[in-house]
Amino acid sequence: MIEIRGLVKSFGHKAVLKGIDLEVTDGQFLTLVGPNGAGKTTLIRILATLSKATSGTVWMDGFDLADESIDIRRRMGLVSHQTLLYDDLTPDENLRFYGRMYDVPDLEDRIEAVLQQVGLEGRRHDPVRTFSRGMQQRLAIARAILHRPSVLLLDEPDTGLDQHAAEMLHELLVTVGTKDRTVLMTTHNLERGLSMGDRVAILTGGQIVYGADKSTLDVKSFREMYYRSVK
Amino acid sequence: MLRKILTIVHKDIIAELRTKEMFSSMFVFALLVIVIFNFAFELRIANVKQVAPGVLWVAFTFAGMLGLNRSFILEKDKGCLEGLLLAPVDRSAIYFGKMLGNLIFMSVVEAIVLPIFWVLFNPPLFSPALILIIVLGTLGFAGVGTLFSAIAVHTRAREVMLPILLFPIVVPLMIAAVKITGGLLDGQPLSEMRNWLNLLVGFDVIFLTVSYMTFDYVVEE
Repeated sequence: MIEIRGLVKSFGHKAVLKGIDLEVTDGQFLTLVGPNGAGKTTLIRILATLSKATSGTVWMDGFDLADESIDIRRRMGLVSHQTLLYDDLTPDENLRFYGRMYDVPDLEDRIEAVLQQVGLEGRRHDPVRTFSRGMQQRLAIARAILHRPSVLLLDEPDTGLDQHAAEMLHELLVTVGTKDRTVLMTTHNLERGLSMGDRVAILTGGQIVYGADKSTLDVKSFREMYYRSVK
Repeated sequence: MLRKILTIVHKDIIAELRTKEMFSSMFVFALLVIVIFNFAFELRIANVKQVAPGVLWVAFTFAGMLGLNRSFILEKDKGCLEGLLLAPVDRSAIYFGKMLGNLIFMSVVEAIVLPIFWVLFNPPLFSPALILIIVLGTLGFAGVGTLFSAIAVHTRAREVMLPILLFPIVVPLMIAAVKITGGLLDGQPLSEMRNWLNLLVGFDVIFLTVSYMTFDYVVEE
């Protein structure tokens, strides 16, 4: 579960997040959409413990982000538009490195399992730099779920992918990445965001201006609501 | 924590063995410094041995600078530094892992360059204490250099920024290392250079402690 209360982030005098209140319950998939500069990546970076909030509180799986960041990092995975992978290492070496950093038990079996899940077991010993962008992003998913996180943060994971690769990535996320996990995903793609999430929210100007269950929305009404909100 | 430190070192060594990017540039640069200084001083200075300690430490530190520059730039590519920061470990483990990797790369280059230096400059005698001084000097340089490399990598002109930030800080370390190296080459016992040795050890202890304590703030946004 992710619980955010009154989250503010300022860079100098410029407030990027202006009091975010948000809750993602256990096993729920929340899609956060918003225009460029809305504060989506800043929010994800704070939740990922890569950036400190100016004020406000965040609880993740019962742990306070401010004081228990190591416990949170142990339970959280991140897929962003950057792969966080070493180009000169192979998938096996990358996953082995991250697995050791996370103290993953039965690492050998786990590496084999996640590589199979993302369909890269045949490329296990090839350097990552020889992979296409789509394959690298699939490997990034393997890296993010390697330590069996209960919370998965997805920050525009399909950035830079062509249509086909983006579709494959989202299928993969639905089948292996987000299953039995609490997920918060940011995206620009309204249709895809709505189809993947259980709930959607709109972040614009550093504030959550709209939130609804997927069951109460269709693509057309969500699109209208989005354009009205970001105007 | 030690396991995590060694995991980072192991990863850096594998990546370096694959590309040899850092090592080759460090080695070639150190070699060039020694060869060029050798030719330059041979023409103008009667006793080359007087400048040999300075040449040796210029070669070590300038080559080390190249390695330190690459150290965090490689982590910055594809967001790998963020991948490291996401790991559930105390961030000082990242500092010590990177520092130890830099220390190893610098030491390997020094181990190869030192015999070449000996052949070209032909100093009067070899003192085993010199190895200790090189280790202490390299440790201090890699220790503070790793911290500043992490700072410089967030700046726009990062490759220029590192020497500008680092060299003023390591001046005391370099002076002490050059003085002791000169003394040892002249046949003085280490005990006669206790003040310089204290400075070298003091620098290592203080800057390793400060780097350990501040690294978390440096890598934080």
